[in-house]
Amino acid sequence: MSIDLQTVKKIASLSRISVTDAEAEAMVPELNNILGWVEQLGEVDVTGVEPMTAVIPNHQRLREDAVTDGNVRDRVLANAPQAEHGFFAVPKVIE
Amino acid sequence: MTDLTDLTVADIRDGFRAGDFSAREVAEAFNANVAGAKALNAFIVETPEKALEAADAADKAKAAGEPLKPLSGVPIGMKDLFCTEGVQTTAASHMLEGFTPTYESTVSKKLWDAGAGMLGKLNLDQFAMGSSNETSYFGNVISPWRRGDGDTAALAPGGSSGGSSSAIAARLCPAATGTDTGGSIRQPAAFTGISGIKPTYGRCSRWGIVAFASSLDQAGPMARTVRDNAILLETMAGFDPKDSTSLDLAVPQWEAGLSSNLKGKTVGIPKEYRPDGLNAEISAMWDRGIDWLKDAGAEVVEVSLPHTRYALPTYYIIAPAEASSNLARYDGVRYGQRDLPDGAGLQDMYAATRALGFGPEVKRRIMIGTYVLSAGFYDAYYTQAQKVRALIARDFEQAFEKCDLLLTPTAPSASFALGEKQADPLAMYLNDVFTVPASLAGLPAMAVPGGLDGQGLPLGLQIIGRALDEQTVLNAGLAIEERAGFTARPGKWW
Repeated sequence: MSIDLQTVKKIASLSRISVTDAEAEAMVPELNNILGWVEQLGEVDVTGVEPMTAVIPNHQRLREDAVTDGNVRDRVLANAPQAEHGFFAVPKVIE
Repeated sequence: MTDLTDLTVADIRDGFRAGDFSAREVAEAFNANVAGAKALNAFIVETPEKALEAADAADKAKAAGEPLKPLSGVPIGMKDLFCTEGVQTTAASHMLEGFTPTYESTVSKKLWDAGAGMLGKLNLDQFAMGSSNETSYFGNVISPWRRGDGDTAALAPGGSSGGSSSAIAARLCPAATGTDTGGSIRQPAAFTGISGIKPTYGRCSRWGIVAFASSLDQAGPMARTVRDNAILLETMAGFDPKDSTSLDLAVPQWEAGLSSNLKGKTVGIPKEYRPDGLNAEISAMWDRGIDWLKDAGAEVVEVSLPHTRYALPTYYIIAPAEASSNLARYDGVRYGQRDLPDGAGLQDMYAATRALGFGPEVKRRIMIGTYVLSAGFYDAYYTQAQKVRALIARDFEQAFEKCDLLLTPTAPSASFALGEKQADPLAMYLNDVFTVPASLAGLPAMAVPGGLDGQGLPLGLQIIGRALDEQTVLNAGLAIEERAGFTARPGKWW
């Protein structure tokens, strides 16, 4: 199955990456090459095989429900492109 | 007097303790080599002051008769994928240019706590996505190696840990950290004639390492000798409650356990790793490697890993899928670049920021990942890949019923010229054909130099072990190292 220009633009939009028409057009054959190549996995017989969820068997730990970190607001904000009044600032979301 | 930058980590550690030289002399010697090697572009940020600070602390402790730490006096390079408090950490991306972490990654903290000093942050493929170090926003890393016959073509140091491999081969640092998602420690090590080990998934904490594909990412050391890798790995490994996949196991004493006597061990040679058309020099080196392990006392048997040919396509579904999720965090809000076109809303800001901050290969992988995870395609691509991944892991389990370790080549070719494979992403991906299967199965795997090819470029052998059996991997690496007698080094042209 191959993807077209419209699909590439949709993937870009889902990925939140803006692309120009020229960029999207260049990506059509690139992505088709890669996707065409990975599609060979469809020929593997996986009857009765569970999808892998953990590569090394390891149990999920629970820890005590206690505060172990915090009071580091300024360090959290230190690399923000825009921080105001102790918050991350973004463009207006609601008119 | 010996050139201090020719010494191994073990030599530096022991020589410093014996009083043969001061830690400051070592740091100054490496700082000078780093400063004189701009042409290699191995470092994104140089931190000579950090190296000196750690060295002075080591010298002071020694003078005062205080107990020394495992890596006192040893300066190292840090791949710029590890967050370092107060020192810019970029993952070689424009997105994180100027990002100065307010915290330290677990692995780097363990190294500093053990007395190591930082020479600088090493260049890499952008977000660790690449096999030739050509995707860095901060320019290509150049291998110190050149083909014979006066050819001056710039060669790839491998990727993604290409700054690490180039710097070690050029004696800019005795050792460095790497990370390995599909071969990013082993392939660059092979390309530059050094050693590197990816431990079992979960041995080293991923906390504070810029994430690429979380079910595959593992940190590991790179150095010129197997012993140095054992020394570094002992410090880097260990349980960390801040990483939910960290293994809560004691760290073995790998250095003390080193032995090149392989009596009683059986080495498996996977027949699927010798396809028709395998480079004849690689094939011949592999045969020599088999003989070396026999000479070290091992039995050799042929084994089969029937799903090997599906490993790469499986990887190129799973790794981009995880990357598309992990890299969703770069939104222009909390850290990194922000691009806010005039009048743009929040969604426009996300899309503009990500278009500005990510390079072409990163965008390509995020989009592949987004596609294979999207509604209607998830089962056909992602679930199928996770099932095939389970079969690949089962292949290894079945092989390890007949043998204790596997020997293969590390990469299908020697280093290639920069630009040679860049036009075709798929051709570049094929470079990882021998390294990706062990990554998918989470197994420890190591690259060691096996010799030079006809052009005078290094070729590497790969050893893959059972989960948690780094010791056998290191021991086989040592057996090869002792027999390969690899002393070649690149002539200084930079």
